[in-house]
Amino acid sequence: MKTVLGQMRPALAVFAALTVLTGLVYPAATTLIAQLLFPRQANGSLIARGGKVVGSELIGQAFRDPRHFWSRPSATAPFPYNAASSSGSNLGPTNPALLRAVAARVAALRAADPGNAAPIPPDLVTASGSGLDPDLSPAAALYQVPRVARARGLPAEALRALVEERVQGRGLGVFGEPRVNVLELNLALDAPMTRALQRDAKAVTH
Amino acid sequence: MTENALLQYALYFAALIGFAAAYGPYMARVYDGRPGRLGRVFGPLERSLYRLAGVDPDAAMTWKTYAAAALLFNLLGTLAVYALERLQGLLPLNPAGLGAVGAHSAFNTAASFATNTNWQDYAGETTMSYLTQMLGLTVQNFVSAASGMAVLAAFIRGLRRRESENLGSFWADLVRGTLYILLPLSGALALFLVWQGVPQTFGPAAKAALVETVRYDDGGKTVSTAEQTIPLGPVASQVAIKQLGTNGGGYYNVNSAHPFENPSPLSDFAELWAILALAAACCVMFGVMVVDRRQGWAVVAAMTVILVPMILFCAHGEQQGNPLMSKMGVGRLAVEGPAATSGGNMEGKEVRFGVADSALWAAATTAASNGSVNAMHDSFTPLGGLVPIFMMQLGEVVYGGVGSGLYGMLVFVIVAVFIAGLMVGRTPEYLGKKIEAFEMKMAALVVLLPPILVLAPTALAVVSAQAKASLANPGAHGFSEILYAFSSMGNNNGSAFAGLSAAVPFYDVLGGLVMLVSRYWIMIPVLAIAGSLARKKAAPPGEGTLPTHGPLFVALLVSVVLIVGALTFVPALALGPVAEHLMMIGGR
Repeated sequence: MKTVLGQMRPALAVFAALTVLTGLVYPAATTLIAQLLFPRQANGSLIARGGKVVGSELIGQAFRDPRHFWSRPSATAPFPYNAASSSGSNLGPTNPALLRAVAARVAALRAADPGNAAPIPPDLVTASGSGLDPDLSPAAALYQVPRVARARGLPAEALRALVEERVQGRGLGVFGEPRVNVLELNLALDAPMTRALQRDAKAVTH
Repeated sequence: MTENALLQYALYFAALIGFAAAYGPYMARVYDGRPGRLGRVFGPLERSLYRLAGVDPDAAMTWKTYAAAALLFNLLGTLAVYALERLQGLLPLNPAGLGAVGAHSAFNTAASFATNTNWQDYAGETTMSYLTQMLGLTVQNFVSAASGMAVLAAFIRGLRRRESENLGSFWADLVRGTLYILLPLSGALALFLVWQGVPQTFGPAAKAALVETVRYDDGGKTVSTAEQTIPLGPVASQVAIKQLGTNGGGYYNVNSAHPFENPSPLSDFAELWAILALAAACCVMFGVMVVDRRQGWAVVAAMTVILVPMILFCAHGEQQGNPLMSKMGVGRLAVEGPAATSGGNMEGKEVRFGVADSALWAAATTAASNGSVNAMHDSFTPLGGLVPIFMMQLGEVVYGGVGSGLYGMLVFVIVAVFIAGLMVGRTPEYLGKKIEAFEMKMAALVVLLPPILVLAPTALAVVSAQAKASLANPGAHGFSEILYAFSSMGNNNGSAFAGLSAAVPFYDVLGGLVMLVSRYWIMIPVLAIAGSLARKKAAPPGEGTLPTHGPLFVALLVSVVLIVGALTFVPALALGPVAEHLMMIGGR
């Protein structure tokens, strides 16, 4: 007991000092430097259009309009891509609830694009870990090109080129996987340039 | 497995071993009180801290004093986190206006962060205020890791010193580990992460106008939302230390699967590296401190020999994908080129990491007692998910937690030299110290305690109605969720099959106790061994001495770790992941 009591003052003093140092000084100093060097990233990598914040380039959004590229399924509650409450489905591989959900997603993709017999890229019918995955694999984006092209009256080749120029390769050519940011891709689709292209395509066909 | 995956794994180990070789000798100098250039920066701060605390950094501590100081300090930490959680509603830096955390959940979290477990029964962004995250959780991330490294330093001194009672000063070890080893690395990693996109701000959550309005069902009626709330905060500073300190407690609910916590392949590689970096460097530090570097590298070799096949096994399982989905027309092969896809099982995984990085992370985070995740282990294939469970059950000694992993492994070393001694009929010795009855009794405590802490609560849970009501998946997978939970808490890992709704009194209270017992009932016998070894005379190596740095000993050590782990846990694993795998390939 004497051993313990003798250590009381050092314990309290060291705990208080390290709390201030690692709990206040360290995060505050990191914030200061981060805000100076990387203000955009430090504040959430937000994307603005016309002075209005329309999202973060790192946080996915739900897209179900056939004229947009659909994002991956999301398991967040109460609605998909709820950024305030990140979550995966946590369904095990043999769980009937998972298999039913995947079957329904496969059916929806096939129904929206009946001519497309390609194997479905797995990321397009499975929920991401965060429920906020901002990306699609290039395969999953390209899989949707025929549907989006038809819905927008755009030539599929132009759309395919738009996707391919937006593919981000592996980090330093090695790390992670290639990917396409869905929000940025869809914003590019909605941009005036692309809409002009859409009008031209219509003018040619009519 | 793809060629790219193998290349990434090779680069990973190169980064790990290269860092360990460079940083380990520096760590040894820090614990000898010679931090070098950083000493000129932090030295005045360090000395004023000792004055404030009335501590003489050169004062000798016996193992009992050392243990008392460590326990007292950890108790204070536990109480402080509990108090912060319960009072956060009345305290500043709470822009979201979050209220007090419930009592059993707050106890569980306090125990979890003090013990370097970081099991989380809560979702960070909706539960903890900025103040609690910083002043409670970030602080514990530092000091629980520094406590582990301090106990390791004391244990090594026990091996090195002759006829001495002195294991060093806990306070000096704690302060030096924090100031000179953890803080500089964390600061650098945090800034790297911000550059890659991790937020670092005290501002409130951002609001965004969605491109498409989302309609959803809310209790029977259809409602819609056109706005997204994007939680921010001092994320990078906490993520850096949670990776480096083998803590693992995420800022956000989904941990490093969250695009803000781990935005890019580069941030992922850096965070992965940080999981094992200090644990590997601890081994090199050990070699330097006992003045025989080969001893440290032999331990690294044994750890790596166990880890590498586990990574490959997990990656293979995940790359095979889910045969039940393949039947529906879902692709499973990895494709390179313009229409690239990682293939495999993508449920619960992020596109930017794919199968290769998710499997590497799962094995690394459970080899270390880190417990952070970049994919949802609950949705892994049965064999892919078996790997993290088994890695934890090996007792978190394959790299393991910073400090705690190596002292755990050194106890297995003692068991291994004892078995070798029995085989040839000689008194076992390690690094010139005879291993006798007292050391073996303490080692047996260390080796036997975690399996009891895993299996007994698991057995209790499967007969408890409350525990079973928390399951998210039926059948064998549900059992795996329970087994995972107690493998995690009983070995201070902290990762989860996260479908389990763990915020109920059964898991909170029992789990909190399991974490406390696992951390401190191992720490005390480890220090007791150190005290006993320090008192011994040096036994000069003779003809019968088993060299502990060669391949023969590495193989012996690997066998001991694997046999103890496998014998204890194979029956439980057969009921969970193995049964599920057989059902899955049987098409049920």
